[in-house]
Amino acid sequence: MTAITPEEVEHVAVLARLRLSPEEVAHFTGHLGAILEHAADVEALDLADVPPTSHPVHLENVMRPDRVGPTLDRDEVLAEAPAAQENRFRVPPILGVEP
Amino acid sequence: MSAVEIAAKVRSGEWSAVDVLEGHLEAISAREDEIHAFNLVMVEQARRAAAAVDDAVASGRDPGPLAGVPLALKDNMCTHGVPTTCSSRILDDWKPPYDATVVTRAVEAGAVVIGKTNLDEFAMGSSTEHSAFGPTLNPHDTTRVPGGSSGGSAAAVAAGFSSLALGSDTGGSIRQPAALCGVVGVKPTYGLVSRYGLVAFASSLDQIGPFATSVADAALMLEVIAGHDPMDSTSIPRPSPDISSHLDQGVEGMRIGLVTELMEGIDPDVSARVHQAAEALTAAGAVVDEVSVPATLYGLTAYYLIAPAEASSNLARFDGVRYGLRVDGPDTAEMMIRTRSAGFGDEVKARIMLGTFALSAGYYEAFYGKAQKVRTLVRREFAAAYADHDLLLSPTSPSVAFPLGAKADPMSMYMCDVCTLPSNLSGEAAMSVPYGTGAHGLPVGVQVLAPAMGEVEMFRAAAVLEAAAPSDHDGEEGRS
Repeated sequence: MTAITPEEVEHVAVLARLRLSPEEVAHFTGHLGAILEHAADVEALDLADVPPTSHPVHLENVMRPDRVGPTLDRDEVLAEAPAAQENRFRVPPILGVEP
Repeated sequence: MSAVEIAAKVRSGEWSAVDVLEGHLEAISAREDEIHAFNLVMVEQARRAAAAVDDAVASGRDPGPLAGVPLALKDNMCTHGVPTTCSSRILDDWKPPYDATVVTRAVEAGAVVIGKTNLDEFAMGSSTEHSAFGPTLNPHDTTRVPGGSSGGSAAAVAAGFSSLALGSDTGGSIRQPAALCGVVGVKPTYGLVSRYGLVAFASSLDQIGPFATSVADAALMLEVIAGHDPMDSTSIPRPSPDISSHLDQGVEGMRIGLVTELMEGIDPDVSARVHQAAEALTAAGAVVDEVSVPATLYGLTAYYLIAPAEASSNLARFDGVRYGLRVDGPDTAEMMIRTRSAGFGDEVKARIMLGTFALSAGYYEAFYGKAQKVRTLVRREFAAAYADHDLLLSPTSPSVAFPLGAKADPMSMYMCDVCTLPSNLSGEAAMSVPYGTGAHGLPVGVQVLAPAMGEVEMFRAAAVLEAAAPSDHDGEEGRS
């Protein structure tokens, strides 16, 4: 199993909405590489017939009556937001920004 | 100070909750500058809560089973109107609009919340060095770490700042710091305690549990917070178990297995104490033998793919839109990138990227898929071990508390959790009990592991170990 390359670290940072300096790319390439190299010992196991476990408790979807219950106080929630306007979270433009 | 004793004497009117609180606040004044267990000491709120407990007693109302008992909360548990930071800049000064279920239950039982404790940022670490607000130091030796990630909660109890504390345990974050600080720490069965209001790290692994100076105190705390909560879809629909009334039932006839693989690569001072603990259980009438659970050795690798994968998804919510830090930008995508790059620390960024990588196209099967299959092996092998054992035994941590900065390379830090994380992968119960000291006179913890919902038997064995534990402590707990 190959360790991670600096290009892959940069790609993963983009996916994770992180921006890394060149120094950080070098640092995290070493950091992640050390862990992924360790993952190679799992590679040696024959797991072809083993089913995956995603969760320790067996969960099934449960339907409940569609009744209105107590909710968080809107003003209190918005008071903790970085920006709010007209009872909504305010964000910078999402579309249509001039390059 | 014993929670059982405080609650009994406050309920009877013999002690005042206010006096109990002031005693703990004095302990905090004396040593908190040196230890840094807390992100926030809630002096005024605690005084009001303690006075309310005393008023209840005076007017003939029972404040509950934790009457007047000071309780410290790991700072990743939501407290209504009180900052909850996860020791991260990205949540600096965020005040949640609701209480976590464990907080509600503890307060309704009469506990006095004394403060919010330091942790590795978003509970990612084993030393509390990865806090954005600086490390917590071990009360037994302030050149050493308290363990982590719940290092602040462990140190707060060990230093006598609080009678009880709550932590969260994703791969050992309650048990390992409990061992390194010489206190009791419990990771209950997955689903026994509600996580509603716990800021999520890895949702299939996270569990809340108590820190205490005694097994009986830990049992009392667990009984208060356990039991079904409709607000957590993973909460087991059963009432809280009665543990306390079984504590003195001993281990006569119990079959207990010492896990062979978890005794390998362990410091000799620690493994010697685990063997002594096994002898003490034998002397108390248990049948102790060795049992092999080889998948535990692969558990570390599986854990360090599964936990970051879940974290990368859970921490996507920190985007500068609804709470916490925002670093503005010309558009929303750029704002999110700037916010996350400025708000997260290095260890959190590393785990988010590792998890994102393990889940990304082309690597999913080789990493995350394989890790989930290893998780199945861990569960199967534990099930096989429990087919002819009631409990298992191991060290909690491979070593006693280590000096700050000693584990700079990530794999050596991750190795701290090798004995604890198998129980998170399997979703089963485990706890750490102090058992004498090791190198440099520092505390050693022995881990008792139990199958799912095996808390009563686990606590019975823990009580036997507590009674048999060598008493060569260095006496630095500073209990008031």
